[in-house]
Amino acid sequence: MSEIVAKVKQKQIEQLITNDKRLDDRGLTDYREMQIEPGLIEKAEGSALVKLGKTEVLVGIKVEVGEPFPDTPEEGVLTVNAELLPLASPSFEPGPPDENSIELARVVDRSIRESKAIAVEELVLEAGKKVIVVFIDVYVLNHDGNLIDASVTAGLAALLNAKIPNYVVEEGEVKKKTGYKQLPIKNYPIAVTFAKINGKLVVDPLLEEEQVMDARLTMTFDKDGNICAIQKGGGSGSFTSQQISEAAKLGQQISTERRKLVVKE
Amino acid sequence: MPKAQEKQKLIDKEGKRIDGRQLDELRPVKLEVGVLSSADGSAYIEWGKNKILAAVFGPREAHPKHLSLPDRALLQCRYHMAPFSVEERKSPAPSRREVELSKVIRQALEPAVFLEYYPRSSIDLFIEVLQADGGTRCASLTVAALALADAGIPMKDLVVACAAGKAEGKLILDLSDSEDKLGEADVPVALMSTPQEAITLLQMDGTLSVEEFEQVVSMALNGCRQIYKLQKEALKAKYVPLKEETEG
Repeated sequence: MSEIVAKVKQKQIEQLITNDKRLDDRGLTDYREMQIEPGLIEKAEGSALVKLGKTEVLVGIKVEVGEPFPDTPEEGVLTVNAELLPLASPSFEPGPPDENSIELARVVDRSIRESKAIAVEELVLEAGKKVIVVFIDVYVLNHDGNLIDASVTAGLAALLNAKIPNYVVEEGEVKKKTGYKQLPIKNYPIAVTFAKINGKLVVDPLLEEEQVMDARLTMTFDKDGNICAIQKGGGSGSFTSQQISEAAKLGQQISTERRKLVVKE
Repeated sequence: MPKAQEKQKLIDKEGKRIDGRQLDELRPVKLEVGVLSSADGSAYIEWGKNKILAAVFGPREAHPKHLSLPDRALLQCRYHMAPFSVEERKSPAPSRREVELSKVIRQALEPAVFLEYYPRSSIDLFIEVLQADGGTRCASLTVAALALADAGIPMKDLVVACAAGKAEGKLILDLSDSEDKLGEADVPVALMSTPQEAITLLQMDGTLSVEEFEQVVSMALNGCRQIYKLQKEALKAKYVPLKEETEG
């Protein structure tokens, strides 16, 4: 996403951040306002639209009966795909997924998989033969920065919203009984993304901030405050060990607060 | 079959690992610079059972041309695994994993390369994993930095990578394939030492507390520093004799 940014804009963003200010008057560690609308798509087993400032991500969950992977015969299957739709940004083009959408999908996948958010062992219908396959499709509708956090949140909200058919195996055949049941969700991963601009870390970067950042760092935390996924990316900069430690501690705090917006316990 | 594997202990009572290593011990690493004659720069690495080739072409005309940048060179990177490099044949078409690794390897090298010296051109880096044994992204990055240097591309420093992680509750350096698959966490880290130590690649999957994470990063950085020495020796092994030849 290498859009050309006017030098004046770049200067302005950098100067603001030097003074601990930002384009939209937020503090360096503040998130934009977030709205979550679960269950928007009735035909999907689960869905959620997340609006993080002007960034909008819709996640739909579909389930199917399929075969398990040979090395995990007693686990259901999780598949994450992401589409950077051409309507979401002038820099997105139609066509097969590019490296940015693949990276987004894989970071969302790691966050959900490594936190063991879905109890995959409960998705087995017939060990080694038939399991439930969960498809998480991330649809980016509007890009104004920080797609990862919005996508992980939308993914989690959609999973919590998901109701799957009541499958039973009778004489080797999978049948749907009446009624639905909740998808078994055991953990609640929350991603916190930092952009490094002028040597400082800012949380929840805007698109314009992403366009001038040196580098990006995403850390995903599980419900116990452990780190379960990390991705450095965006731009050709680097981090010092101190900045990474700072991000881990700050991210842990922030994720605990952010989780309350998604999970009502 | 998988049940039996799960029972295999990764770390024995004496704190030794399956392959006999200590917790903070690297696998043997061998590096060689200048192994392919058609490339502008090349290098080969054996890291444990990993066997990886890297080649650099350029700076040359960018292809496709519309990708070229007005103020700097484009660094293009392809990480690719041979179909025979893993237990089950891998389709030669690029997988999503390979696309992601190509991207993070490129972004880990970009901070080191003076791309602004070659506007509108392209520096193309090809990495072929001939045999994979856990930790291919770190080994690839380490060998790629040498191939760039061998091609005479101006760089601030070599970039070097190493992973650390956790298996059976113990923090370990340089995860092997089975430790990566059966262990609790894997954290690959890349280090550039000039002008000051900077981390240019950082990923993680698994579960670690914040305290464990900090220890793992510092372990991985120690591994990086050890391999950095081997990188420099490999460059010298090719270029010191050349220098003596021309001067003598």
